[in-house]
Amino acid sequence: MSDPKIQIKNLYKIFGKAPEKALTNVQAGMSKDALREETRHVLGVDNVSLDIAPRNIQVVMGLSGSGKSTLIRHINRLIEPTAGEILVDGENVLTMDKDALRDLRRFKMSMVFQHFGLFPHRRVIENVAYGLIVQGVDETQADKRAKHWISRVGLEGYENNYPGQLSGGMRQRVGLARGLATDADILLMDEAFSALDPLIRYDMQSILIDLQKELHKTIVFITHDLDEALRIGDQIAILRDGHLVQQGSAQDIVLRPADGYIEDFIKDINRARVIKLGSLMTPLEGTPPADAPRLDAGTLLQEALMAVAQSDSNTVIVEEHGTVKGQVTTRAVIAALHG
Amino acid sequence: MWDFFTEFPSIGRRDLSQLQMGIDDGFRAFSRAYGEALEIFFSPLLHFLVWFEKLLLATPWPIILIVLSGLAWLGSRSWKITVGTFLAFAVIGYFGMWEDTMATLAIISVATFVCILLGIPLGILMAKSDRMQGAITPILDVMQTIPSFVYLIPVVMLLGIGKVPGLIAVCIYAIPPIVRLTNLGIRLVDREVLEAAEAFGASPRQKLFDVQIPLALPNIFAGVNQTIMMALAMVVIASMIGVRGLGVPVLRAISNQYLALGLMNGLAIVALAIIFDRVSQSYGKRLQAHREGFEK
Repeated sequence: MSDPKIQIKNLYKIFGKAPEKALTNVQAGMSKDALREETRHVLGVDNVSLDIAPRNIQVVMGLSGSGKSTLIRHINRLIEPTAGEILVDGENVLTMDKDALRDLRRFKMSMVFQHFGLFPHRRVIENVAYGLIVQGVDETQADKRAKHWISRVGLEGYENNYPGQLSGGMRQRVGLARGLATDADILLMDEAFSALDPLIRYDMQSILIDLQKELHKTIVFITHDLDEALRIGDQIAILRDGHLVQQGSAQDIVLRPADGYIEDFIKDINRARVIKLGSLMTPLEGTPPADAPRLDAGTLLQEALMAVAQSDSNTVIVEEHGTVKGQVTTRAVIAALHG
Repeated sequence: MWDFFTEFPSIGRRDLSQLQMGIDDGFRAFSRAYGEALEIFFSPLLHFLVWFEKLLLATPWPIILIVLSGLAWLGSRSWKITVGTFLAFAVIGYFGMWEDTMATLAIISVATFVCILLGIPLGILMAKSDRMQGAITPILDVMQTIPSFVYLIPVVMLLGIGKVPGLIAVCIYAIPPIVRLTNLGIRLVDREVLEAAEAFGASPRQKLFDVQIPLALPNIFAGVNQTIMMALAMVVIASMIGVRGLGVPVLRAISNQYLALGLMNGLAIVALAIIFDRVSQSYGKRLQAHREGFEK
């Protein structure tokens, strides 16, 4: 695996009048609630360390108040941490001077916001071109590139509308196009789809997944919606009260929850739509029965269930790229579905 | 002993008058020392005001009438307001108030211009720093509530009677709304929109001119409108210290009980106020084209 694109090391953020003093309390083991009651400081981020791989979608998930939006704002330093380090491509973001920081925001990362953060006084095309204009790209070139991204998110014909004339889903497409237009490697998405209703949210997730297949950006995606996290995340980090509870793939989270908190969290999800055959695979025992069905490791249980049920030998053979890798028994499937 | 409770313990008449005389003498010394320098400092303003008034008076009245109606049209894009403007100025002229109206128009325009020039940057400063806001707000409160006659005294002591002190008096009274509303408008800009600009690497300058001021414009414009209204309200008081215009006949009417004269000139001021108000308001509304369309 290549070097991480973004490294967060022992990050702390404490809100209040004397955060440094409160920090020593926290590092000595004071809890979030005790800190709030005794010193009136709010612990936003509590010793989070996270490596984010390039060209991946890293989801950061947590309930409201878990510090996820605070965490993402440290990556482009919209919020200054109390302690810790943030490296982007090996460069320390926290030691950057104003100009270096501005260049980082202009060229290396862009952001999509929960309530869209569009400029209401600018037309759609001017909104999308904003990052380019700030970069110093000349206007005709910026317009051309903005038009390209507007059509990529399916908004042709709305270039000259104002955001106020669009529906919520369309506005967030503008937000997404604005984020993509600068060609930054890193896209920060802060609850980008949370304000949309479920059907439109699903559409937007599909758009993002399709775009990512070809763009391969490093995306940090904040959400409080577990289904969304499991659907789009290559890696999922779960925050609780500002600290990191578990970081892993969707399979890890569902099959090997780190603690009771995460078990509670995943209780109500449709496991058949998340777990893949490959995650349940065990090595072959002897020669496989000739009539056992053969399925790809990436097959979701939901799609594999019929084949599993019909297998006389209670076994399915798992393949990757056409070569046999192992087997999955009916018993394992039922156990995984039951949780 | 009982005296202490029935009579408020004060510093005594002699001490008080000495204190007041001390302040007066101090200020007189100050105005002797710096009055001339201040006059020189304000002389460009005086020249501008005189030039503008002469321009309005020297230009043939039909041209002024057409220009004013044209400006009303450009501002409001409404036939009703444009025709109303034309008729109002025609009636004013017909009743012999043309010259006074031009003089008032001149001082109102220059005062508004000065207020915008000073008020908007001041409002921006206030929006940028809470400390600035804390320092300026009480000053604005004083400027708005202190009786205008009270600050006329030092202004006249410093600069004598004339156009410039009149202009300063008008500005002191009229500048607070534009400062306040600029500050308010910028502070009301949506936090997430501002955060978006920041996240894309906008410099403070880019944020101010591309995001904050455009989004604050409706409020800033309401401030300009209020400033014009308050400047008009000062016309009569300013005429007490030598500003020509519609206030002079009103003042004469008060001292001589000329009902008709006072009423006519008073109504001319009202007509000016209504025209300025309607034109600037509909212009302000047109600035918000993006607010049209459905909100979801």
